[in-house]
Amino acid sequence: MNYWPLLGVLVVILGFALRLNPMLVVVAAGLASGIAAGLPPGDLLSLLGESFLSSRTLLLFVLTLPTIGLLERAGLREHAQAWVAGLRGLTLARLLVAYLALRQCLCMLGLVDLGGHAQTVRPLLAPMAEAAAQRGQPQLAAAQREEVKALAAATENVARFFGEDVFIAFGAVLLIQAFLARNGIVLEPLAIALWALPTAVAAFLIHATRLVLFQRRLRRDARPHAGAGADAAS
Amino acid sequence: MLRLEHIYWLAALLLGSAVVIDLRARRWAHAAFWLLLALMFAGGDAVLAAARTGQRLPQQAVGAGVVVLALLAAFGLRRDGPAARAGDRGDARPGHRLFLPALLIPVLTAGLVLAAPHLRWGDTPLLPREQVTLGALALACALSTVAALRVTRARAVAALRENHRLLDTIGWAAVLPMLLAALGNVFAATGVGEAVAQLVAAVIPVDNRIACLAAYALGMALFTAIMGNAFAAFPVLTGGIALPLLVGRHGADAAALGSLGMLAGYCGTLLTPMAANFNLVPAALLELSHPNAVIRAQVPTALALFAVNFVLMYLLVFR
Repeated sequence: MNYWPLLGVLVVILGFALRLNPMLVVVAAGLASGIAAGLPPGDLLSLLGESFLSSRTLLLFVLTLPTIGLLERAGLREHAQAWVAGLRGLTLARLLVAYLALRQCLCMLGLVDLGGHAQTVRPLLAPMAEAAAQRGQPQLAAAQREEVKALAAATENVARFFGEDVFIAFGAVLLIQAFLARNGIVLEPLAIALWALPTAVAAFLIHATRLVLFQRRLRRDARPHAGAGADAAS
Repeated sequence: MLRLEHIYWLAALLLGSAVVIDLRARRWAHAAFWLLLALMFAGGDAVLAAARTGQRLPQQAVGAGVVVLALLAAFGLRRDGPAARAGDRGDARPGHRLFLPALLIPVLTAGLVLAAPHLRWGDTPLLPREQVTLGALALACALSTVAALRVTRARAVAALRENHRLLDTIGWAAVLPMLLAALGNVFAATGVGEAVAQLVAAVIPVDNRIACLAAYALGMALFTAIMGNAFAAFPVLTGGIALPLLVGRHGADAAALGSLGMLAGYCGTLLTPMAANFNLVPAALLELSHPNAVIRAQVPTALALFAVNFVLMYLLVFR
C-alpha cells in the first residue's frame, strides 16, 4: 500500500487552516497527490482536465443569474422585504421553519430543483428573513444581519440534505443500492430510502429548535438596544 | 433534440459576455479568468471526444488551464471590482409581478421534468434523455429570462450586464465546486481512499461493534469533510469498514447501515469549506463578510444531528 498520496489530504487541511486561497489549495492538493502516486505529469494534467470537464454541470446554476439579476435590479429583494414587513404574524422563526418544512417535503418528493441558493435564497428567502428579523428588532446590528442571512442559507442546506435522501430516485439512494448490489447485497431502493426518514425528522426538530432559540436570543439582545434607540430618537 | 452540450454552449455564451464587459472595463485578470472558463465550456465536449480517440493534448491543455485558473483566482482577481454595481432602476414599480419570473424557474423546471416523457419532436425527445433535469433547468432559465425582461421592461443587454454583476459577486467561488469534484477524481485515481480505509481499519478494535460503528460514522463525516462530498466517501468507507466488519463480522443490516452511513456523511458536508457549492458559494452570493459564515450557522445542527444519527444507527442496524 502506497500511503504517500495522503499528502494531498494534508495539503488540503494545511491550506484551509492557513486560510490560503481555496482554488490554489485544491489544485496544489491534486498535484501533490498525483506526484506522490507516481503519475507522470502528462497523465496528471490529463486526469485533471478530464475530471474538471466532467463536472461542468456544477456551474450550470449561472443560467439562473440573468433572471435573478434583472429582478434584483427592478427591486425584487426590496419588494420581498416590504411584503414580509407587512405580514404582522410572520416572525423570523416562523418563516424559516415553514421554509424548512416545505423544502424538506418537496425534496422528499424529488422536487429538489424547486429551490436553491441562487434561485430562492438570495433573491427571496434571505431578504424576507432579514425583514422578519428587523420587525422584531428595528436596530439590527450588522453582525446579526449577517447571522440571519447565513441561517437562511443553512436552513436551505439542512432541508435539502435531509429531505432528498428519502426520495427513492435520488442519486444517493441509487448509489447505495448500486454499491451494495456490486458487493452481493441486492435491495430495493425503497428499502434503503425509508431508513433515512427518522434522521430526516430529527434534522427538522433540531434545526427548527435552533431557529426558535436564535429568534429568542435576538429579542433578548434587542431589549437594551431598543431602550437606547428610543433615547436617541427623542 | 436539446443536448447537454447545447446547455454548455449557453453557459459559455453567458461567460463570454462577462469577458466582453471585463475587457471594456480593462479588468484583464477577470477577463482572462472567464475567457478560460468559457472556452472550456464551449470546447469541452470536443476535448473529451478527442481524448477518447487517443488525442490527449487538448485534455492536458485543459488541465494546465485549470492550474492557470487557480493562479488567477489566488493572485489576479480582486474582490471589490468597480464593475459590480447595480444599474439604475427604472420608474416602473412592478410589485408582486416580480415574483413571477423568479418562481417560473423552479416551477417550469419541475413541470418540464414531469412532462419530459411526452415532450418529443417526432421520435426524438425534446430534453436530453440522461440529463432531463438539466435540460429542463436550461429551458426554464431561458424562458424566465424572457419573462423577467418583459416584467421589468429592461433591454436585453441588461440581462447580460446583470449576469456579469452577479458572476463578479460570486467570483472564483463559482468555479470551486468543479475544482473540488476534479480533486475527488484525482484522490480516487491515486488511491487516497483505500489508504485512509486501511489506516482506520488498522487502528480500531474490530471485535467491538460499537467501535466499528463509530469508526464508520466518524470516518464518513470526516472523509466527507475532506473530500467535500459524501458520494466520494461512501464507497471507500463502506467497502473498507462497513461491509467487512459491520455486516460481515457483526451481522449489521446493510440497508439501514448504508442509508444512515450516508447521512453521517451529510453531517460532515454541513461542516466543510470543501463542499463549496453548499457552503462557500452561498456566503459569496449573500455577500457575507466571512466565507465560513454559513458553516458556522450549521455547526450546532450538524453536531447534534450526527449524535442522533449515531444512536439511530446503533438501534436500527443491530436489530
